[in-house]
Amino acid sequence: MGAVFAAVAALLLIIAPASQATTPSPAPSPSATAFQNSISGFLRGDDRAPIAGVTITAKGGDFTGTAKSGANGAWTIGVPTQGTYEVKLDESTLPEGIKLADGQENPRNVTFSQTSNLSVIFAFGKGIVVQQQDFGQNLINRLVAGLSFGLLLALASVGLSLIFGTTGLTNFAHGEMVTLGAVLVFAFNAMNLPFWLAIVLALLGGGLFGYVQDAGLWKPLRRRGTGLVPMMIVSIGLALAVRYIIQFYFGGATQQLPFAQSAEILIGPVSISPNNLGSLIISAVVIAILGIVLLKTRLGKATRAVADNPALAAASGIDVDSVIRIVWVTGGMLASLGGILWAYYRPGVTFDMGSQILLLIFAGVTLGGLGTVWGALIGSIIVGIFVELTTVFGLAADLKYVGALFIMIIVLLIRPQGILGRRERVG
Amino acid sequence: MDFGFIFSSAAGELFSPTTAAYALATLGLAVHFGYAGLLNFGQAGFMAVGAYGFAISTLTFGAPFFVGLLVAVVCSAIFALLLGIPTLRLRADYLAIVTIAAAEIVRYIVTTNQLTAITGSANGLAAFEGDFYAMNPFPVGSYMGMNNRDFFIRVVAWTVVAIFCTLVWLLMRSPWGRVLKGIREDENAVRSLGKNVYAYKMQALIIGGVLGALAGMIFTLPRGAVQPANYGTELTFFLYTCLLLGGLGTVLGPVVGAMIFWVVLSLTQGILYGLIESGAITWLNTVQAGQLRYILVGVALMLLMIFRPQGVLGNKKELAFA
Repeated sequence: MGAVFAAVAALLLIIAPASQATTPSPAPSPSATAFQNSISGFLRGDDRAPIAGVTITAKGGDFTGTAKSGANGAWTIGVPTQGTYEVKLDESTLPEGIKLADGQENPRNVTFSQTSNLSVIFAFGKGIVVQQQDFGQNLINRLVAGLSFGLLLALASVGLSLIFGTTGLTNFAHGEMVTLGAVLVFAFNAMNLPFWLAIVLALLGGGLFGYVQDAGLWKPLRRRGTGLVPMMIVSIGLALAVRYIIQFYFGGATQQLPFAQSAEILIGPVSISPNNLGSLIISAVVIAILGIVLLKTRLGKATRAVADNPALAAASGIDVDSVIRIVWVTGGMLASLGGILWAYYRPGVTFDMGSQILLLIFAGVTLGGLGTVWGALIGSIIVGIFVELTTVFGLAADLKYVGALFIMIIVLLIRPQGILGRRERVG
Repeated sequence: MDFGFIFSSAAGELFSPTTAAYALATLGLAVHFGYAGLLNFGQAGFMAVGAYGFAISTLTFGAPFFVGLLVAVVCSAIFALLLGIPTLRLRADYLAIVTIAAAEIVRYIVTTNQLTAITGSANGLAAFEGDFYAMNPFPVGSYMGMNNRDFFIRVVAWTVVAIFCTLVWLLMRSPWGRVLKGIREDENAVRSLGKNVYAYKMQALIIGGVLGALAGMIFTLPRGAVQPANYGTELTFFLYTCLLLGGLGTVLGPVVGAMIFWVVLSLTQGILYGLIESGAITWLNTVQAGQLRYILVGVALMLLMIFRPQGVLGNKKELAFA
């Protein structure tokens, strides 16, 4: 699995714009580390060559920050709070013969949404800006991005749904399992381990966390005959404890994984960043493998039998406890992978990144039907696409999660068992 | 380490307005979860509706204090209705997911930049408490070491808590309360007696939600500001910790639980900070000490639920779940 990721990552490096390779020193982002939030971007001319030495100012409230674009065209301005800023590119500092493309607003007002980094794109020369503003183009781009986001959500929600199906537990600590994957990659990478090894270890760590959770907490509770509602509240306690343990060691700041910044590339009519494309392919492949395992192998059949009726499965000779153990380990690994991809999608690693999408994961699972694996997949894709598309149809970017949560409530109103759920599950 | 200061600040938490707000919101949760068996994970949303309902009607519409209060109560009742209609017929975990999602929707809406003029977005709203303090009957001076404003808000907050504890106590020993507890124990049995289970659940949801909204107001008044970051899902989970500490199906449990919660938080903070300053603990800085307290809250919530779900005051027979 990790090897696949590493291979894709290596591939993406090769096809990344050559301009990065020609830069003599991959200049560190200009002094912006004082603040947790930043506004940043790359300045590239028509010919994709970086534009250096351009002054950019960000103004918000009584704060003013300035940055000069580096040798690779990158600029970053650290800002104290997330909010709306006026970003101005000083056109007098542009090199001879280069000017902003037509229709490029300057200065312009930009607003943070959810993430701690905000990228601002200035186009030069003829620019590709006309294409960007095309509604159809935008729609396709957001659709593909939404698919990528939905599939990464699906990685987490399929695990959640399997756990729900086999044990009946609504696990509020699943968000922390997502966070763990990304945080582990960051930690192993900081120890100077090779990137592919960091990914493999993070996935193993996620699986181990799932195993330890089941063996140390949930299995004893099942033995005691603890009800589902108390178990749900225990999982909330676990989520709080793990979230703050991660913050204890990781701190409150946003960190970046290697290769987190990548310029968009054009594939046919779609403009997408290589990271998002890789994420899309990886999650699709993993989910396909999972589907084949569930449908074709003995283990998959056993899992579905336990999800359907644990008592009957035990009576027909299936080792229910070992199936549940495998489900927890798989769920942990899937959540870890989802977390790593989420760290690239946002981009950034924070201690609460998992709990930020926990409700979207729940929304996906509930939309599709609690406890059904394919429902979780379809529900998550719908949620992912919905989140991305609402911005195309004029909903403010900082409200995009609201739409997804709202649609979940509406679906519960009309069809409480979800899209693929069966009526008797609702009770 | 100055133990005198640590203990006096912990004792100060006993009767602080924040503790009163937690007690009142937890009392609402006790009505929901302890008495009716409704798994409301959106109490933070009810508190936000109360706080913003009051602040917005005061600031945007210039409403007097009691009109703002009324708006907050009506808004939370409407919020409860909206939540209850789709979910009260469904299983407990659906209600949990929908309420937590609704609370987050409220938080996103008051945070969005689109409505900055009304909600103040991430910075929130301030300076809406003038009318309240204008009603202060205590002249300027020192009352048990507090100024007249601090003393006034404490008196009001705890009076409100006392009134609603009495009301909930009376309600729960009335025929209405017995039906509600019956629903918690066995919904179908109560239905077979000809009671409208749905209506009873809805009434319980509204009553608990209104308590949450009042708690949201008490929470914001002493701060003089309301900020969306205070109303995240953690708040609801802290309230659940208070509820389980004190006891689910009890009236005084939420009050005792909120007091224990804040005193223990204040004590651990004081002692940890003291140990760090005196150099006894070097593997921890003060920021991490703050996080350590929340790790303890999470662990406490788990251990309580597993080993003593009835809390300090509760009766094991009264648990909402078998």
